[in-house]
Amino acid sequence: MLRHTAGVAAAAALAGRQSASASGQEDERSSKPLIWDVHAHLSGVAGTPEERIKKLLEYADRVGVDRVVFHLGFSRLTDPPPDQLRRDNDEVLRAMAVAPGRVFGFVYLNPNYVDESIREFDRCVTDGPMVGVKLWVAARCHESRLDPIVQHATRAKAPILQHTWLKTVGNMPGESTPADMAQLAARHPQATFIAAHVGGNWEHGIRAIRATGNVVAELSGSDPTAGMAEMAVRELGADRVVYGSDYGGRSLASQLAKVTGADLSDEAKHLILGLNVRRILGPICRDKGIGV
Amino acid sequence: MMIDVNVNLSRWPFRRLPCDTHDRLTLKLHQHDVVQAWVSSFDAVLHRDIGGVNLRLAEACKESGNVQLVPFGTVNPMSPDWHEDLRRCHEDYRMPGIRLVPNYHDYSLENAAVAELFQLAENRGLIVQIAFRMEDPRTQHPRLQVPDVDPAALSALAGRHPRLKLVLLNWQPAVTGTPLKQLAAAPNVFFDIAMCEGVGGVGSLLETVSVERVLFGSHVPFFNLESSLLKIRESPLTPEQLKAITHENAARLSADGASRVTNANS
Repeated sequence: MLRHTAGVAAAAALAGRQSASASGQEDERSSKPLIWDVHAHLSGVAGTPEERIKKLLEYADRVGVDRVVFHLGFSRLTDPPPDQLRRDNDEVLRAMAVAPGRVFGFVYLNPNYVDESIREFDRCVTDGPMVGVKLWVAARCHESRLDPIVQHATRAKAPILQHTWLKTVGNMPGESTPADMAQLAARHPQATFIAAHVGGNWEHGIRAIRATGNVVAELSGSDPTAGMAEMAVRELGADRVVYGSDYGGRSLASQLAKVTGADLSDEAKHLILGLNVRRILGPICRDKGIGV
Repeated sequence: MMIDVNVNLSRWPFRRLPCDTHDRLTLKLHQHDVVQAWVSSFDAVLHRDIGGVNLRLAEACKESGNVQLVPFGTVNPMSPDWHEDLRRCHEDYRMPGIRLVPNYHDYSLENAAVAELFQLAENRGLIVQIAFRMEDPRTQHPRLQVPDVDPAALSALAGRHPRLKLVLLNWQPAVTGTPLKQLAAAPNVFFDIAMCEGVGGVGSLLETVSVERVLFGSHVPFFNLESSLLKIRESPLTPEQLKAITHENAARLSADGASRVTNANS
């Protein structure tokens, strides 16, 4: 046995050596936390959706990630027309079918096409297996045109994951800030929002959503800067912080390290790594008969 | 046993970091089986009294404890009398190498002073580390936006100094495509993994760079150490590849480092 593997194993103690049971109950009793990645894409590997998901899950296994939520398809168009949305979501649906109960999906919608987006929500969520909404950079999320989508998703108990960044170098025209997210969330207090990337510039992002209790901070997609998870827990509480990776564009490892390497209690880490997402997705999954 | 080639002491100018004190940093490294760290100072990024920075670094590294802290002083070839900084690093402080931060020190690798510095470092047998970025430009302070170092001139420079050992730190995403292929073909250029991103990123890197020239680096304490530790777990690496990346390559790079590792192991 190589001595250096001990160091790796120590670092990965929370990540665990293998994925946990599907029930999740076992995870709470064991030292291995449930790890549920709420932000993943079918990228970084090649092939069909089925081929990609198999490769991506192999990587997830290596660092102990149990369940993964995928969104967007192959196209990565920033303002996709309705027919492209359907193709993108079909790719995620095909990936979900490979490992149901482990691979989850959020439906990709475009607020520039509200009616078509609601129909796509019904196809993929109301009548399909997806359990949440992904909004990216087609339109800034504080705009009122998002309201019908939010109301529709909330009736179905589906959380809304919104990309948020606050780039020093300047955002794209349709790119939302955490302050935009807070503005939308304040109009919809019954909805549950996930501020993806929590703005990238997380010291601003965390503060921007702090007063809006129905927004949780999601840690993916920026460098593994030390102190991020600690500030999020200090300002928001551990029950308002969730782990996400943004893999395959990002490394699972670098994003997991934001939590496993943080100066936080094990209880807080367990909440962030998986229990909070399980709580958020619990109502819609129960309605659909999906065990969480 | 691991050697981390990308560590900093002192404080990052824009935030406190959980491990930005000597004791917490060395404890963290020790807890994760890092026996040796190649260390520079955050102070060197913005301070103009580089001589003072390097003196403090050399003194701080004497307090190593459980982890061997190997100082890598910083040289700014745009600073007056930088030759003396280089001499002190080598002769007075017995450092095995130096670190360059060209973007914060506001010079291009095409600058003639860089070629002169490379020649002098080669003559002295010093390792030269180049930090391509310290922080993602998207998250930098709005009043201090610093683009990544442009690698275009580097492969030609490396070719002109074949005995000079160059270690590229935080090189992704600045070094990609043709520059990466050119530098990967240069036998005296080494790559750390601190900012190696993408799923299975280390494994992907090995498709371009031979394993003998990939080094474990973490960018601690700016990054969480666990990031690089988990990266070598995320990619399916053989035991031989793990040994090479985590310590053998770095130990071979520095004969002094190798002897210290041997002592620490005995």
